[in-house]
Amino acid sequence: MKHEITLHVNGDEYPIAVDPWRTLNEVLREDLNLTGTKFGCGSGDCGACTVLVEGRSVNSCLTLAVEMDGREITTVEGLAPSGERLHPIQEAFVERGAIQCGFCTPGMELSALHLLEKNPKPTEAEIRSAISGNLCRCTGYNKIVEAVADAAGRMKPKK
Amino acid sequence: MEDRYSIIGKDVPRNDAVAKATGAAAYTDDMKLPGMLHGKLLRSPLPHARIRRIDTSRAERLPGVKCVITGEDTPKVKYGNWRLFPTTQDEYPLAVDKVRFIGDEVAAVAAVDVDTALEALELIRVEYEELPAVFDVDAALAKTAPALHEASPTNISIDRKISYGDVERGFSASDYVREDTFTVHAVSPGYMEPCSSLALCDLDGRITLWTSTQTPYIVQCLLASTLGMRENDIRVIKPFVGGGFGGKMELRPWEFCAAFMARRTGRPVKFTLTRQEELCYGRRRHPMKLWSKVGFKKDGTLVAKDLKILLDGGAYNAMGPTATFLCGNFGAMLYRYPNYRFLGEHVYTNKAPASAMRGFGAPQSLFAAETQMNMAAEELGIDPIELRIKNAMVTGDEIPGVATISSCGFIESLQEAAKMSGWKRKRKNFKAGRGIGVGCYSFISGGVFNWFNTQYPFSAAEVRAFADGTVHLLTMASDIGQGSDTVLKQILAEELGLGMEDIRITSADTAMTPQADLGTWGSRVTLMGGGAVQNAARKIKEELFGTVSARFDLNVIFEMECRNGRVYAKGKPERGMTFGEAVALAQKARRGEPLVARGYYTPRDKGLVTPAFSFGAQVAEVEVDRETGIVSVKKMWTAHDCGTVINPMAVEGQLEGSIHMGLGYALSEELQVENGRTMNNTFLDYKMFTAEDMPPGESVCIETYEPEGPMGAKEAGEGLASPTAPAVAEAVYHATGYRCKDLPITPEKILKGMKK
Ligand code: FES
Ligand code: FES
Repeated sequence: MKHEITLHVNGDEYPIAVDPWRTLNEVLREDLNLTGTKFGCGSGDCGACTVLVEGRSVNSCLTLAVEMDGREITTVEGLAPSGERLHPIQEAFVERGAIQCGFCTPGMELSALHLLEKNPKPTEAEIRSAISGNLCRCTGYNKIVEAVADAAGRMKPKK
Repeated sequence: MEDRYSIIGKDVPRNDAVAKATGAAAYTDDMKLPGMLHGKLLRSPLPHARIRRIDTSRAERLPGVKCVITGEDTPKVKYGNWRLFPTTQDEYPLAVDKVRFIGDEVAAVAAVDVDTALEALELIRVEYEELPAVFDVDAALAKTAPALHEASPTNISIDRKISYGDVERGFSASDYVREDTFTVHAVSPGYMEPCSSLALCDLDGRITLWTSTQTPYIVQCLLASTLGMRENDIRVIKPFVGGGFGGKMELRPWEFCAAFMARRTGRPVKFTLTRQEELCYGRRRHPMKLWSKVGFKKDGTLVAKDLKILLDGGAYNAMGPTATFLCGNFGAMLYRYPNYRFLGEHVYTNKAPASAMRGFGAPQSLFAAETQMNMAAEELGIDPIELRIKNAMVTGDEIPGVATISSCGFIESLQEAAKMSGWKRKRKNFKAGRGIGVGCYSFISGGVFNWFNTQYPFSAAEVRAFADGTVHLLTMASDIGQGSDTVLKQILAEELGLGMEDIRITSADTAMTPQADLGTWGSRVTLMGGGAVQNAARKIKEELFGTVSARFDLNVIFEMECRNGRVYAKGKPERGMTFGEAVALAQKARRGEPLVARGYYTPRDKGLVTPAFSFGAQVAEVEVDRETGIVSVKKMWTAHDCGTVINPMAVEGQLEGSIHMGLGYALSEELQVENGRTMNNTFLDYKMFTAEDMPPGESVCIETYEPEGPMGAKEAGEGLASPTAPAVAEAVYHATGYRCKDLPITPEKILKGMKK
């Protein structure tokens, strides 16, 4: 039987009916057409599907959609502040060469956001640890780590 | 002095970076079409079996299932990338009569959703007659071994010999000869985007296929032949691709099935592989057994080398023939071998097929060669870097009948890597558990051998110029994440004196971009695709130069330039006009006909291997825990010669990615195959380095000028897959006394082999 739930994604409300076994990843990609969130493994090992739920990073491939009823979800499509093209994290990824094939990028950016929201001035080791659940096969991570450090400097401190 | 280049050598961000950063970039699986069906493949559970009967009736009756096919429904045309030699084409899109590895594709289902398709797979009954199977090269070569393919009764599908000089005489003239056997293992390309393909059949029966591929042109041609269609009735489009590393350069069964079933049902069909399918059944780097004998003079001069390699190819040829060819060529690279002999044999086994993967035969061959070099250095009492410098190839060297080294910064790379790493001091001051080692590489900038038997140029480009000062570049070259769209635009911008924002690019669409491009593999795109772009740009320039020259009544001996958006007489910028004005004038002179030029690149008279070789040296420093045998890599230093650097940030990114893959190959990644079954089916069990595992690194580009490459550029970033494993192995030996001749380097092997 389908469950009636409401997802709050990037500030928008989506009342939907979902089968209880469907993952947040499937619902985002297939029902809401938010395909910026990727699917790389389905077993919680690659981080390509990372989204934020109430500010915490989770693997959307391991999260059931029904459990997300009423929760605030942020995907890569909701990263840039309204009216702006890019979030400082995205700017830094673009300018620092942190993107090659780009398949890991949305997940990386959300893991970075999770880190920077709780730790605005992370050390290199803290950055590496924060993205250690996100695999990247292209970049060797260095430019991603540099981009996250750079983004920390670009982000306005929260009041 | 004015800089030689305006945009070459600059850190230009990728032109698709914003699309990727915002999640707007659509990869194949992100696409959806009205009425789209979802496809799934039924795979063989047995490593080797005859198919007695397949009953699909129950699957067909399942509500929501729209199409079920087996090999019997298809035209039964074999395919393979080596079209020049049809006997090497050994694969059917869906198994006919026999399956040859666990995972071989047997049937396909298209249904209204993925769950229904999966349910239908379970309803297909296949009756198999199991056959004896072989799982390694020794078993496959045994007299009593079952033959996987009738055409190859010995299970050797292809062999390759290279020979020059006189190896036997070389060995008798040597003061020091050593012989070693090495083995290397299977690893996965591990691209983040699982393969996906979406096919649409239009009302005329023509196919459009969006697919995660490195080689749209190859897919187009082979799809046409396996479907029994005309090439021009198939359009292949490469959307954004999440990496390939060699694993996406052939026609694949799901591409065929998507197209075939789209024709049958009249509805779009999409297939997307799971990670488990990718790891267990996907293409991989060849495991190999390498026997190498090498002879030196007392002073370290190389005299002769004899190399035999058995490639464990798995069940089909895939790109194995090219790997067989290249591992032999790389056995003779880097150093001057006056006498050389190679025999490579590609052997069928009942396992998932190996194929191309970053380095294409070089990582295996160079692991053996570079390790043996390090062993010889020790026994000859010569520093390993000194021994390499003594024998190093230099610009102008020739391998008789095979290749000419048209640019080479190898010695400089060795010297620079030694300097950066503090090599001399660290080698001497030995600390137990700490070690430092060196490994080197050379690689190709595209291949010259036309195994695909294309009737078109190897690369092509079309440039359309407009009176508003913009141009449109069309090329079939495929950006799979390495950044070729950006680099090709940079080359065009430089030639025409335009900005990146003035160039629109359409790439990798076989119906829209000029024929042809062999695809992204073998590090061919910058040199070959770039060569075609440059060729087209120069034709545009010639036309504009004529126009501007006529307008200003210039003396015929004047040199002219395109720069900063203007076309003018060199040294006399006032005698010129904007690029757009020049185009408008040229178009007027042509009575309205638009200014369009096509450019091509095909290597001719460039030997047997490649038009240009890259070179480099890498030093690794490690610390080994003598209790646990765990290796931690402290730092990597790399000096490499990739000719003119077009985009330093992109080259650095390639280098850092290569180190990631190289360290995995050396230390952590291994597809564990037991009785033909790949055991590690998740990234939890198949261990790639994370951000925390990566050591710091330092690198420097040794700039040379490659005469054959656009602006002097050549290969960057694929060859670098090779030096890391031998460098780490040597560092581990330096630290512990354990000499790895059998990759990967594991704590167990170290503890067992450590000198107490
Ligand atoms: S897709 Fe969720 S962790 Fe890989
Ligand atoms: S950029 Fe390709 S996986 Fe990270």
